[in-house]
Amino acid sequence: MVIKGKKDEVLIKISNLSFAYSLRDYVFKEFNFYFCRGEKVGLVGPNGSGKTTLFHLIMGLLHPSEGRIEIFGKERKVEDDFIEVRERIGLVFQDPDDQLFSPTVAEDIVFGPLNLRKNQQEARIILKETLESLGLSGFEDRITYKLSFGEKRLVSLATVWAMQPEVLLLDEPTTWLDDETIIKIIQILKQHPQLSYIIISHDKNFLKETTNSIYLMDNGKIKKL
Amino acid sequence: MIKEKFSEGDSLLHNLDPRIKIIVALFFSVSVAVIDKYNSLFFALLLAIFLIIVSKLKVKEIISRLLVVNSFIFLLWLMLPFTLPGEIIYTLGSLSISREGIHYVFLITLKSNTIILATLALLSTSSIYNLIHALSHFHVPDKLIHLFFFTFRYLQTIHSEYIRLNNALKIRGFKAQTNFHTYRTFAYLIGMILVRSYDRSKRVYDAMLCRGFKGKFWILDHFTFKQSDFVSGIIMISCIIGLVLWS
Repeated sequence: MVIKGKKDEVLIKISNLSFAYSLRDYVFKEFNFYFCRGEKVGLVGPNGSGKTTLFHLIMGLLHPSEGRIEIFGKERKVEDDFIEVRERIGLVFQDPDDQLFSPTVAEDIVFGPLNLRKNQQEARIILKETLESLGLSGFEDRITYKLSFGEKRLVSLATVWAMQPEVLLLDEPTTWLDDETIIKIIQILKQHPQLSYIIISHDKNFLKETTNSIYLMDNGKIKKL
Repeated sequence: MIKEKFSEGDSLLHNLDPRIKIIVALFFSVSVAVIDKYNSLFFALLLAIFLIIVSKLKVKEIISRLLVVNSFIFLLWLMLPFTLPGEIIYTLGSLSISREGIHYVFLITLKSNTIILATLALLSTSSIYNLIHALSHFHVPDKLIHLFFFTFRYLQTIHSEYIRLNNALKIRGFKAQTNFHTYRTFAYLIGMILVRSYDRSKRVYDAMLCRGFKGKFWILDHFTFKQSDFVSGIIMISCIIGLVLWS
């Protein structure tokens, strides 16, 4: 992956954000957060503290009741604003079954690049490179729902990786994985030091290996540890 | 897990281009459905049995699938001969059996079994995914293909969701009985599966949006049209044409 733009450029800036699910108390109230290019951030916090909600707000899957979300230097408010965000930020869901829907691994991986207006030939090159860099070569024609859980996880990372996002958002990438697959993910992330990412995880060792700073989310607030 | 047992095999039919198989299955079914002459229908049945033999599918499993279909047809045997007006050939108390009734129900049985056999031999020897690919090569509307594909794909997930919930019931000592507790539990189970599937579909859609989905599915070219596909296709199509002309 190539680095676009300069280091330390603010990519995500969230200010005075409030958000509540219907019939529930506020998840965020006057929430502030910013994220720069090149940062590797770990996000910890108790269940229900809004970590996943934060990702969904960044991707425009949820919309705040108040506050301002600025991504890549532009305010993002309505659905159309987020189309560009989704092309440049990659979110890997917690459950790979939510992510993988195509019959074969190859088709699932090229789904994103083709949506990004790549042609078939370019998509095939991206497919090959992605599988190689994630150690999945030979998986092209495997049926997605017949993969093991660990393989599904890696493939769902690959589907997002193939879009060559400028920022990766990983939601609990290590839960239910064996040590071997976790080490594999750590290696992949370490082999690409130019990546910017935010990782939600309860796995302290994993975060220690892969991130530079850790934020704690609790009671609708976020603070650096 | 929904298994596609028949699709995992190695025979002439398994290796045939699914596009050819869909065309042949379609023409064959329509022809058999409209033909009304016994001679031609028996010939069609022979063709179907021949296809089954070529496909090397397990006879036992073919029979068990035919039984399912014929259990519905059996209901017609109970109804049609007594209700269709026509020349009466036998009287059973106040009920009378008509020649036309027997004739029709026999035709239906013959036709259904012929079509089912041919479809089993032709279509079930391809995986659902290959069939879906083939359909999109035929430019079947995207929406129909998505519907077909997602129904199949998420049937798997919903099924495993069901197994998980069912296990959760079992480990806490649930046994189905004829009482209110059982009915309520099953109602909860079904309700839970519905709710979870709905949530799941929302998450899948979100995940697709995150990858820039704008309503279009892409397929990577998978099929190469071989000479053997062409030859087998021609042979099968000419058999069908012969069948139609003969009748």
